[in-house]
Order: sequence, then structure tokens, then C-alpha cells
Amino acid sequence: MATLKVPVTPEDHIQGDPNAQLTLLEYGDYECPHCGRAHPIVKRVQKHFGRRLRFVFRNFPLTQIHPHAQTAAETAEFAGANGRFWEMHDLIFENQDRLGLPLLLALTEELGLDPQALREALTTGEFEPRVRRDFLSGVRSGVNGTPTFFVNERRHDGPWEFEDLVMALEARRALV
Amino acid sequence: MANILERGTTAPDFTLPVTPDQKLSLSELKGQPVILAFYPADWSPVCGDQMSLYNEVLQEFQKYGARLLGISVDGPWCHAAFAKDRHLHFPLLADFHPKGQVAQRYGAYREGEGVSDRALFVIDGKGVISWSYCSPIGVNPGADGILEALEELAPQKETSHR
Repeated sequence: MATLKVPVTPEDHIQGDPNAQLTLLEYGDYECPHCGRAHPIVKRVQKHFGRRLRFVFRNFPLTQIHPHAQTAAETAEFAGANGRFWEMHDLIFENQDRLGLPLLLALTEELGLDPQALREALTTGEFEPRVRRDFLSGVRSGVNGTPTFFVNERRHDGPWEFEDLVMALEARRALV
Repeated sequence: MANILERGTTAPDFTLPVTPDQKLSLSELKGQPVILAFYPADWSPVCGDQMSLYNEVLQEFQKYGARLLGISVDGPWCHAAFAKDRHLHFPLLADFHPKGQVAQRYGAYREGEGVSDRALFVIDGKGVISWSYCSPIGVNPGADGILEALEELAPQKETSHR
């Protein structure tokens, strides 16, 4: 059973109570259609558990098969550096079918951030190391595709429909 | 699941097509670690399949001086099309004729289906298997085991250079 090799730290993107007893962590790729499908499912799971659950997202872009995945990940990190990670994260997944630089620039503007600053960050690769660090932590933890979920540091294998994730989290909760 | 060759076994040498008009022998790569990744077939429908994942991790493998070879029973033309489509930056070997012969020698052939298992081998610079792992055929084994095996080899490699 694969386990999370790099623990969650405050550097991570964490949604919900940082001290919640349950953690759902996703390694995802903004261009991966399966991750797009998982996005609303995760939202439902978060709603279901409320304050008992924190959700963590780490980048796992498969850049050679998804040409926009890296740019999208860096854009989310750019927004994150400006305190708007989760808004950008949601917007990218909600508009996944139009993914590309024009969309990312438009979303940046929509969030009141500077599209020119995003362009510069993408050119200089400012957020590239951060995205790579996420990716490598996933590789070390046995991530083998996207999305890969971890439930309290243990890799969740098999289906990830709403019921599956709720069951996996409930099972962990019983042990806590 | 097949009984694959284990740690400590000398890796059987082979010569296989790596493109429609080029061949590669395992013995040509002596002196550096080799990752031999058997997989059932090109064109896996899984998003982020095994070869695409390794493609992304290639830089890390290279930090250990390791060469990655993918290997399946698909023919060299099929491999060429697959590698082009997925932008793979490492060679795919065609264990095509006689079909699956190399997979058989590594204990990684599935007679019933006529494809190789998802079997991984890390071979050291002297040509000895230092780690092997066979994953259930439907499960992408990831890259963590390979990296751990390469890490274990790394200090040895350093001393042999001195």
C-alpha cells in the first residue's frame, strides 16, 4: 500500500480547517479529463464532511501528453502567490474545455490579477520549481496517473466516485 | 502472475529492434544502470499511462545515469507511432519476432494473452538484476520503486568510478 512520502505542510494548498481530522489529498493535472470529472465530486465530498475534512491539491502535470497542463499549473501557483489559488483552481477546471493561454490570461483578469505579471512569471518559469516539486513528491509516493487521491496519507486505489471517497474517508475516521 | 527473474540474477542479454531499421543490445549499455520496463501493449487507454509517466520522470532516472527501455510485443512501426503520439523520449523495444521471446527469458510473458506482464527490472552496471517487480496487469506500478532501486545502486556506482 503506497503512502504519502512528503507530508502536508503549510506550504501546501489546503482548503478547509488545517487541523481537520481527515485529509483528502489529490495529485491532479488541469488538462486531464478525469481530473475535470473529479472536480465536482471532490466538492461534494467536502460539503459532506464539512469542517471535519481538509482538502489538499498538488500538481501532477503530464506535460508531454497535455500541452497546457504545465502552464495551467503555473497559473494556479501564480494566483496562489497572490492569495487566489482556489478561485483559479476552480475556474480552470470549470473551463477545462477551453484550456490555453488566452483562457488563463482572461481568468487572471477576471480575478483582478495582472495578466502581464502572469506572462512574465510564465516566461521566467517562476513557479516551475514549485510545480516540479509537487510532481516529484507524487512520483515518490507512488502516484501512477491522475487523479490520484490520498486519504490521510494512504493512497486510495480503485474508483473515486462520491460514494467511494466518502466510504474511504469514513473508514479512516473510524480509526482516528 | 508470472515468476519473474529476481535480484542477483544476471540479466539475460538480448538484441531487439529499437526502430524499424536499428537494433539495440542490452550488453551495449554495460557500465550504467538500465531500467527495463515490460508492459502489455502500446496505446493503453489509461490517461497518464505507465510510459507517459516514465517519460515525465526521465530526468530523475538520468540523474542516476540510468537508461530506460520500454519493451512490449508490439512491432517497431507500432512503437514508432505510439512514441510519436505520446512524445516519448526513450526507446521502445519490439519483442515482436519471435514473439515475446525476451519477456519469456525474464519470466514476464503471459502465455494466455500473448503479451508481457507489467514487470520492472533495474539492472546494475555489471549486468546483474538489482531489483525486480511485477505489478498486477491492470495496475500501473508507478516510478517510486524504480527510483528507490536506483538510489540503492548510486553509492556503489560512485565508488566504482574512483
